[in-house]
Parts: sequence; C-alpha cells; structure tokens
Amino acid sequence: MTSFVKPKIRRHNEPLNELGLARADYEGNMSTLCAGCGHDSVTAAMVRAFYELSIPPHRALKISGIGCSSKTTSYFMNDSHGANTVHGRMPSFATGALSANNDLPTIGISGDGDSLSIGLGQMAHAMRRNVNMLYMLENNGVYGLTKGQFSASADLGSLPKKGDPNEFSPIDPVAFALSVGATFIARSFSGDRQQLVSLIKAGLKHKGFAIIDVISPCVSFNDHKGSTKSYAHTYEFYSKAVHADYIAPSEEIVAAYDEGEVMPVELHDGGYIQLRKVDKDYDPTDRGAAFNRVMASDNANEILTGLLYIDKSQPDLHQTQNMEARPLNEIPYTELNPGADKLQALQAEFR
Amino acid sequence: MSGPGLNDFVIKIGTVNGTGSASANGLLMKSIFRMGIPVVGKNVFPSNIQGLPTWYEIRVSGDGHAGRSGEVHMMVAMNQATYDQDLAELATGGVLLYDSTWPRPHLENRPDVTVIGVPLMQMCNEVVKAARSRILMKNMAYVGAVAALVDIDLNVIRSLIEETFAAKAKLIESNMVAVKLGYDYVKEHYDSPLRFRVAPLDKTKGKVMIDGNTAASLGCVYAGATFGAWYPITPSTSLMDGFVKYCKRLRVDEETGKNKFCIIQAEDELAAAGLIIGAAWNGARAFTPTSGPGISLMSEWIGFAYYTEIPVVFFDIQRTGPSTGMPTRTQQCDIQTTAYASHGDTKHIVLYPSDPNECFDFAVRSFDLAERFQTPVFFLSDIDLGMNDWMVDELTWDDSYVPDRGKVLSKDDLDKMESFSRYLDVDGDHIPYRTLPGTDPKGAYFLRGSGHNAHARYTELGHEYQEVVDRLLAKWASAKTAVPAPVVQNAKSQTRYGMIAIGTSDAGATEARKRLEADGMPVDYMRIRAFPFTDEVEAFINDHEEVFVVEQNRDGQLHDLLLTETNVARERLTPVLHYSGEPLNYRFVYDELIKRIKLRKIA
Repeated sequence: MTSFVKPKIRRHNEPLNELGLARADYEGNMSTLCAGCGHDSVTAAMVRAFYELSIPPHRALKISGIGCSSKTTSYFMNDSHGANTVHGRMPSFATGALSANNDLPTIGISGDGDSLSIGLGQMAHAMRRNVNMLYMLENNGVYGLTKGQFSASADLGSLPKKGDPNEFSPIDPVAFALSVGATFIARSFSGDRQQLVSLIKAGLKHKGFAIIDVISPCVSFNDHKGSTKSYAHTYEFYSKAVHADYIAPSEEIVAAYDEGEVMPVELHDGGYIQLRKVDKDYDPTDRGAAFNRVMASDNANEILTGLLYIDKSQPDLHQTQNMEARPLNEIPYTELNPGADKLQALQAEFR
Repeated sequence: MSGPGLNDFVIKIGTVNGTGSASANGLLMKSIFRMGIPVVGKNVFPSNIQGLPTWYEIRVSGDGHAGRSGEVHMMVAMNQATYDQDLAELATGGVLLYDSTWPRPHLENRPDVTVIGVPLMQMCNEVVKAARSRILMKNMAYVGAVAALVDIDLNVIRSLIEETFAAKAKLIESNMVAVKLGYDYVKEHYDSPLRFRVAPLDKTKGKVMIDGNTAASLGCVYAGATFGAWYPITPSTSLMDGFVKYCKRLRVDEETGKNKFCIIQAEDELAAAGLIIGAAWNGARAFTPTSGPGISLMSEWIGFAYYTEIPVVFFDIQRTGPSTGMPTRTQQCDIQTTAYASHGDTKHIVLYPSDPNECFDFAVRSFDLAERFQTPVFFLSDIDLGMNDWMVDELTWDDSYVPDRGKVLSKDDLDKMESFSRYLDVDGDHIPYRTLPGTDPKGAYFLRGSGHNAHARYTELGHEYQEVVDRLLAKWASAKTAVPAPVVQNAKSQTRYGMIAIGTSDAGATEARKRLEADGMPVDYMRIRAFPFTDEVEAFINDHEEVFVVEQNRDGQLHDLLLTETNVARERLTPVLHYSGEPLNYRFVYDELIKRIKLRKIA
C-alpha cells in the first residue's frame, strides 16, 4: 500500500481567501482512517481554519507523534512541511523546530495515547515552556491502531468493546493543562465544526502554548453502548459552557452582545475571540475559577467545551530565550563565527 | 621503565571531595606547566558532592608523554580514610606526605618509602580564624609543602594566585601565607628538594591546558551550531556548560542584547534528542551532549533521524557501564552502541577524538559530516578526555572556514525544478536533496519514520522500501572517504606486530610503542579516528601477523567491530583490554604486549 493522493477538484466560482487560495488548496492526502472517524472531522476543521486565516500552507508546520490522530497530519495541507515523528515525542520535535524558525505557525497533532500515556511528560514540558504552537489532542479514549486498548483518558467504568471495564481514573487533559500552566486551554467535540474552527483559529493566533482537547469518537473501538467517548454519549452530555468565535482584526467587531453573555478577548495579533458564556460569572482568565468549573462539570457528567482558560501575559519560549527576531536558520555564518582572534584571546585562561 | 627522576615523576593527591582541593591541585599542575614542563593531570573522583575520597594525579613528563605512567612516586595523603590504600600504592622509593597534626606512626611500616609529616591543620588553625577558610588554607599549605619538596617556583605559584584572585586582592596574601606555611615547614624540617623534582624547561610554549569538553564546546560555537539541548549527565555536562558560557560571551548581539542561539535543558534525554532533531530538520546546526545511558534513551530518535536523514550531532562522553555503572570513571564502552544505535538496520558515522585539540577540530567536522551526509554523527569521547586537562597545541581557527551545509535547496533552486523528491538519488552519490520548511510550496514533503519511498510517500511495497534503505547503506559506506583518516606511527624496523587503538587509548599506546621499540620490540601503530573504517584499516591489519587492539572495555568492542566491518581473519587480532575505570596507563599496554610477544616467540 502506498499513500493515496487525493485529486484536487476545483469548482467554478469557489470562494478564495486573501491569498487567492481555495479551500481545496489546504487539503491533503486521502484519509486512511475508518469511515465516520471523528478525526476526519477535526482534519476538515483544520483545513477550514488555515484557509480562513489565509496562512500560506508552505509557511506552516504540522507535526505529530504516532497513532490514528497522528496519521492525520498527512491528510491536510500537502504544501506544508509535515512530520510524523516518534510515539509521544511530538512536543520535543515541535519545540526544536520552532526554535530554529519561530516564524512558522505550528500545529501539533496528537491523541490521548500519544499525549496522556507515553507522551505525558513531553506535553507537560511544552506547556511549561509556553511553546508557541497549537496542540490538538484528538481524544477518543482508546488505542485504535492496536485495536482498542484503553488509553489514560478512558473514564472509570467505561466499557471496552471486549473485556473488562476500565478501573483506573482518567487523566483529564484540560485539568492537567490548567495545573501545569498552559496559556490557552480549550475543549471541543469533533462533531461541532463551528466551535472547533473558531477555537483552532484562536489557538493558532494565540502567542504561546494552546491546547484543544477534542472529543473525537472512535467508530471502530469506542462507539458502542457503555463507552463514555461514543458519539451518543458525547451528544447526550455535551455542554457548551463557553462558546468561542474568532474574529479577524480586519473585520469590524459589531456583534452586539449582552453584558455577561459575550466577552471579547483580544489576541496578540489584534484579532478577537468572542466567548459566549452560559455561566454569567465565568471568567476564562482566572485559572482557579476555570479549574473549579471544569471539576464541577466533571462531577455533573458534563463535557464542558469552549475556551476554558486564556492567559496572554506570559512570554513564549522565544521570548524567555531572549532570541533575536530573525530565525536562527537565517543567521549567516559570518555572524556566528567569533573569529580566530577571539579564539586566541579566550585561551589565556588555559595557559 | 620511567622515573622517578628530574622532570619525570607522578604526584598523587588523596583528599575528601567537597573540601575545595580541586583548585589547589589545579594550581600545582598549572605551576609546573608554567615552568615549561609538560604535565598530565587526571582527576579520579566519586559520584558524590561531599565527603567521599577523591584523588588527583599529576604526572610530570619532561618527555611530553600524554598518558598515565601507572606508578605513583609522591602521595599527598590528605584523607585519613584512605591512608592505607594510598601508602600501598606508592612505588618503592616513593614519598608519602601527610598531615601530622594527628600523628600516624603506623605509616612508617613500609621501609622502602619515606614518610614526611607536616602539621598542616595545626599550622593553619594557628593562623586562620574562620573554620571554612582553614580547610581551604590547608589545601594551599600542602601546595607549599609539595612545592618545597619538588622545587616548584614560588613566584610562579604567586602569579597564578594573583590571576585567580585578581578581583579579590585580599585573598592573594592570605593564600600565599598558607602556601608559605607548608613551604617553610618542609624547608626547615626536611632535606629538600627531593631526588625527583622539577627544573624549568621550554616545552609548553604554544600549548594550553584544556579539557576535551571545553574544547568541544568551542568547536560547536565555531562550527556555527545555534541550537543545543541536553539533559544533565556526568560526564557530559561541562560540554554544555562551555557552550552556554561561550555563547553568552560570543553570540549575543552587541546592539540588541539578543541571543543568536537557543539552549534548552530538556526534561529527559528523549526530549533532548527530539529537540535537536526538530531544530536540525528546520535548518539549525543542532547537537546534544550526553553519555551512555543517554544514548540508550535516545536510541529510538536516533533511528528516526537516520531513516529520515536529519543531520544532528551526538556527543557521547563515555563513562563506565553497564547501567548506572561507575558514573565518574572512564571507559570506551559505547563503541558498538554508537556504531549501530537504534533498532532496525542502522549504521552511523562516529568520530574518535583522542585529545582536546582534536575535540575542537572533530566537533566542527561532526557538523560538516552530518550535513554533508544528512545523518546523525556521533562524537565519541570519554570522561578522561572530556573532564581532565590535557596539554595540547593551542586551538587555532581559520576564518576562511565555510560550513558544509550539504545539499539544501533554496527557493531559486526549487523554482528551476519540475518537481522535488526528498529521497531521490539525483546525483548518483547516494545523497538526496533536502529542503527547509517555509522555503517554497514545491519543497514541501512529509517526514516520516514509517516506510517511505524515494518521493517521501508512505509505502509498504518491498522494492520501494529497499530502494531507500539500500541507498542509506551506500551513503554511509561512502562517508569513509570523508571522515578523518587513521594516523600511523611505524616502527623504524620491519615488524610483524601491529597495534590499533582509538580515542584516549592513544596516549598509553603511543608511549608503550616508543618504549617497546627502545627495548628492542618494534610495533607499528595505527590510531583509527572514525567509523566507517577507511580502507587503510584493513590493509594495516593484513600487513601484520598479529595486531593488538588496545581498548578500554571488557568485551573488545573495537576488536569485534573490526571483525564485523572488515574482511580480516579473526586470528590476526588480539584484544588488549583495560576496564577498571581508571584512565589507561602505558605500563599496562607495555606489559600486555610483552607478555604476548614472548608467548608467541616461545610457540
């Protein structure tokens, strides 16, 4: 088997973005995932987000680890450099890549196995460093490629397709991210395209580490009765606590919003994200309150979605490293060579 | 055999770690170096911060031998816990210097050794008030006592102290007072200098005393490396310390104050490897310093970089294994690991520097080779080379150097091309072209550790897979014409014996060869400097009936690698193995070779 190249179908009068590119220009290879996989919806949302943000595909990076979700990096933006790396180690590769050139919008794609089991450490440290990337955690509670073992996000008591119920407490990526220090934390559902696209756009614009935990049901191994990550279960317990809409800076922000219901949050590039709150007192800039709200939803068996936390005040890795604006990979050697004289002089201490 | 005599003897200082003795020992060695006499320093220290025995060995070698001799002629015994061991280690005719504040009559048990007692602590207590300072001053007092015994110039000691404390002038006099305490006591109570002593020479001009890790870190700076990541591990840490220090000094923009480098302390070795591979994929010269345990952890990434053809440099500063082993003791135990690191069919380029000057040079070459061949390169050093000060020619730099960035396509290049295939052998040299992210849509490709074809597309087709891995093997083999060639020291007369060594086994091997020849046993010697082996290696082995492979590990890893990677007959190779964790000494090599040569003569 080789990878399938998806034919580009151009329609007449198809809408173009600011770069003159159509949405098809942001597509990739044919997906080889199972029909109905939540991940394919996430891929479609990413295509739309990049298209709507008019990001030149070749100026973006898409990086993943190993697993079903990680395979999706090749299903969108064929004109981007992509990397399907090592299981659980996408964050370190992405951090290194961004260090060499921080001008490239970077999306990391991972799953619950890749992020919460083998890769928990790397994900945590990318958060701590506030690496300027969007981290998509496509969360279905199972290992799909190895045929249905539970992952660390499987809920207590959740039933597998075969075998015994899960007896270990789940790791909630949102609660985890809140405690570790991520500066943009959201949750969404693969079936909610509109919310997902808004959050992806906002996450890409956020200067720092943005994570979106996307509940993305596995149709083959985790969509049966008794599974808490199935389509049916998610629809039933879905709670849009906070609704987010990204508005580009060029657009006038006229959306009349009721005090206490909609809260605009300015992003680093001047764009806005609008949060439509169900809960009047919800403040996405208060880490403690966010934590309480997430816990309360968990206790109520609700899947709280939307932008749950944002902190725009933290410097990203590039800033804490005090690096110059120009990408490292563009600094000419003449500026890197200290010169023969300096080498001679600095050896005084060794004589 | 060697010494003791004029400018030819070994001083060993036994202390307790965490007592500040390192600077006193460094002062002693540097003083001798400043007197123009070649000197070798070996630090043997515990994996501990405070309270355990530690030793420093200074070999004075007017002839310029670079390794250990295997004997001790003066023991400066400052650790009561190791008195017996230290006394036992002294060669006949040796001298034991100890702190007689607490007399130890039993030290007189060896009639073939002279015991010199100096009441160091007592004298320091009388002069110095603060308790902490007393311990430090006691160190300076033994420096003075040794100086008197072996005739080290006090003016040289003084000028070194002045340089060290240039910013704290008060400390210059207090340190000199302590030095004089020891010096004067010896002059008053003992006949000095001893039979073995120093006398000024002119053999250290143009030389520096530098450790391999510092030299390698300078190599990274001069090679234009901009990205380093690491997880702290002895004995590689000082390499990154050096890179941090020199980047801060040499790589910060004077006007903006901004860095032209990025250094990340990773959460573990796996992350360190991922970080540098990501940075290198995106066009930065990137490296990580580590040691054997780190290489084990990085192995999955190493295979990824090998298969996806990403140029990165791994500095493996070896320490005694297996497992945690003896983390502060030396060995050459990662020869096999680095040659083939990672699962699946993988083969790497490995460089074997043998002194700090070569560490500097090979660090630069590592980056050039990595980018030329688009593959991980291993720089294989060890704790002896990395952390001890070696006397070498001053490091020099040619400002006309241009980094070999290999076959990287620019936007202009891509514009002229119909299409781009990442893993296609366009030029017939087994090396494909690569592109950096962000250059041009035409240059985009998908990097994957899974099966891929010449066009960087996923494949499970056998012939497509084989095309890529066959090219990788051919590419690796072709590197043998680009890596540093072996260095040969031939005997003056024809001989059927040869000797092969790498890295820090060189100093002992070189000295043993010279002494064997002087004693009528000529041996040719080849120092291999890189893997894959060049053609000269096989020819050298076939030119000799018996070739001794001198290395510092239990299993004969270099020996086995030679058997695997050349077509020589097993019978020609004889392993000579030293793996106690102490740096190799020439006497061991000499004795082993004599034994085997005599055996052969009898047979």
